[in-house]
Amino acid sequence: MSPTEDRQLSDYRRREQSITLAPLEDPLLPADVEGGAETTTELLTLNFGPHHPATHGVLRLLVTLQGEVVLDVKPVIGYVHTGIEKTAEDKSYWKVIPVVERMDYLSYYFNAMAFCGAVERLAEVEVPRRAQYLRVIHLELNRIASHLIWLGTSALDLGSSSIFLYCLRERELILDLFEMSSGQRMHTRYFQVGGVIEDIPAGFEPKLREFLKIMPVRADEYGAILNANEIVLQRLRGTCPLDQQTLLSLGVTGPLLRSAGNPWDLRKADPYSSYEDFEFKIPVGTVGDNYDRFAVRLAEIYESVKIIEQALDGLPEGPCITEDRKVALPPRHELATSMEALIHHFKLVTEGFRVPPGEVYHPIESPRGELGCYVRSDGSSKPARVHMRDPSFVNLQALAPMARGGYIADMIAATAMLDPILGGIDR
Amino acid sequence: MPDATGLELLAQDLGDAALETVYFREQATIVIDPGEVRAVLQRLRSKGYAFMAGVHGVDYYPDEPRLGVLYELLDMARVDRVTVKLRVPTSAPEVDSVTPEWPTANHQEREVYDMFGVVFRGHPDLRRILMPEDYEGHPQQRDFPIGGEPVIFTRDESKWLEARE
Repeated sequence: MSPTEDRQLSDYRRREQSITLAPLEDPLLPADVEGGAETTTELLTLNFGPHHPATHGVLRLLVTLQGEVVLDVKPVIGYVHTGIEKTAEDKSYWKVIPVVERMDYLSYYFNAMAFCGAVERLAEVEVPRRAQYLRVIHLELNRIASHLIWLGTSALDLGSSSIFLYCLRERELILDLFEMSSGQRMHTRYFQVGGVIEDIPAGFEPKLREFLKIMPVRADEYGAILNANEIVLQRLRGTCPLDQQTLLSLGVTGPLLRSAGNPWDLRKADPYSSYEDFEFKIPVGTVGDNYDRFAVRLAEIYESVKIIEQALDGLPEGPCITEDRKVALPPRHELATSMEALIHHFKLVTEGFRVPPGEVYHPIESPRGELGCYVRSDGSSKPARVHMRDPSFVNLQALAPMARGGYIADMIAATAMLDPILGGIDR
Repeated sequence: MPDATGLELLAQDLGDAALETVYFREQATIVIDPGEVRAVLQRLRSKGYAFMAGVHGVDYYPDEPRLGVLYELLDMARVDRVTVKLRVPTSAPEVDSVTPEWPTANHQEREVYDMFGVVFRGHPDLRRILMPEDYEGHPQQRDFPIGGEPVIFTRDESKWLEARE
């Protein structure tokens, strides 16, 4: 710097320029490079959670710290294990749907879809096109709702609390739509084996279109608020990156994998429920740091809106549940006139339907990655085994490699961007 | 999914390690010799099935051998899945861990151990993962009863401690 330039700088700027960022860029470098504090070599084990607002549920982390630098993280889980898979073995197939919905409590439609899809594959049930489209509409609405909760709670962790209120405001619109179509805001039991329980009511479509108009504008606003927030950006950019190879070896899927540049999305790769009919893009990141994870999920909201628009425009006419009376309840009005319908109704409600023996694995793309449902049938009306390959459970293994070598504050950001749902992890 | 012929070719390639092939609802399953699990999975990885999507535990009660472990392998380039299944008896529920080669199996093998009691030899940290550490039994086994689980409230603690002795 020439003396003339130096004279032009204010005292403040001069002091600012004298600061070296070397210890920040390599946290394990001794803090006394500038001749300051003594190096900390002592290790500290910190118990973090299970009740802590930044763990997004009942997650306990055993963190080994050197100063402020995370050397290792061991997640301890199981605090909300409720034995849903065991309970499912004691219920007939259609009664399992409400219990599996309660696993990952932010993406209940996805749990139901994975389970129904597996049973449909086992029982070889054909799902009508209208039901497939209705499923897509609800799945994508649920994806937006799940991402909104993720965005709101993550922003709280990153020091931007207003976003939380905005996100819940928009989620409320989605929950109102769910209430219209099924009568419930959460855990709707809307998806049934063979289709959906009821057609969408009159008034649902205009309300949904109104929401589709609002949502991209609001998502723009979130982006504008967060991308202009220096604190949020500094906590996200370049923190806790993980490369594609490590993520794949850890079995990580979903937005986390896509943020590292791998465009793996089951909706495109292996379409189910008519996803091949819709045009949408898969947002991918480049370096796989926390910012990319944030940006990918935010971009997915726009794509989901696009899918819902197309599904709504192209919604085919026809029945909303299979006509196969062996698996789906007959319409209510038939019960008054048809003896057959009454018998079917009675059989379905008391015993449930029987499913041919066999084992299937049905994977779908949930907001957090590959949600696979493994169902084994022994030929009776109750499943012999229901296992959910929950994406949160598998993705949680990536937390330790992400957080190692970073600051403890980065670990909080990484946990938020991992989006673990403890209901899904513990089941 | 490989088609039925593709599955046979895949199984032939594995030689004696493959005991049986099942092609059901367009899904391919290879039943293998439990002792060969690491070699088989490595062989399949070299064939392109490089992503382990999941590990499931199953109890085939009352059939023998009762316990089953299923590995869901995925070839992302060809979008092709194959399931590798092995079965072990409850009298010797032991199988080699695949965690050293497939880090994703770490938590999932712990879950299978927790729920079914399958012991994975060579697993770096084989502890219960979902149930409490002092829990007795493996609750997902088919003959493990539902219900009757005592709920320990603080006010009953002394009673429970007495009952245990």
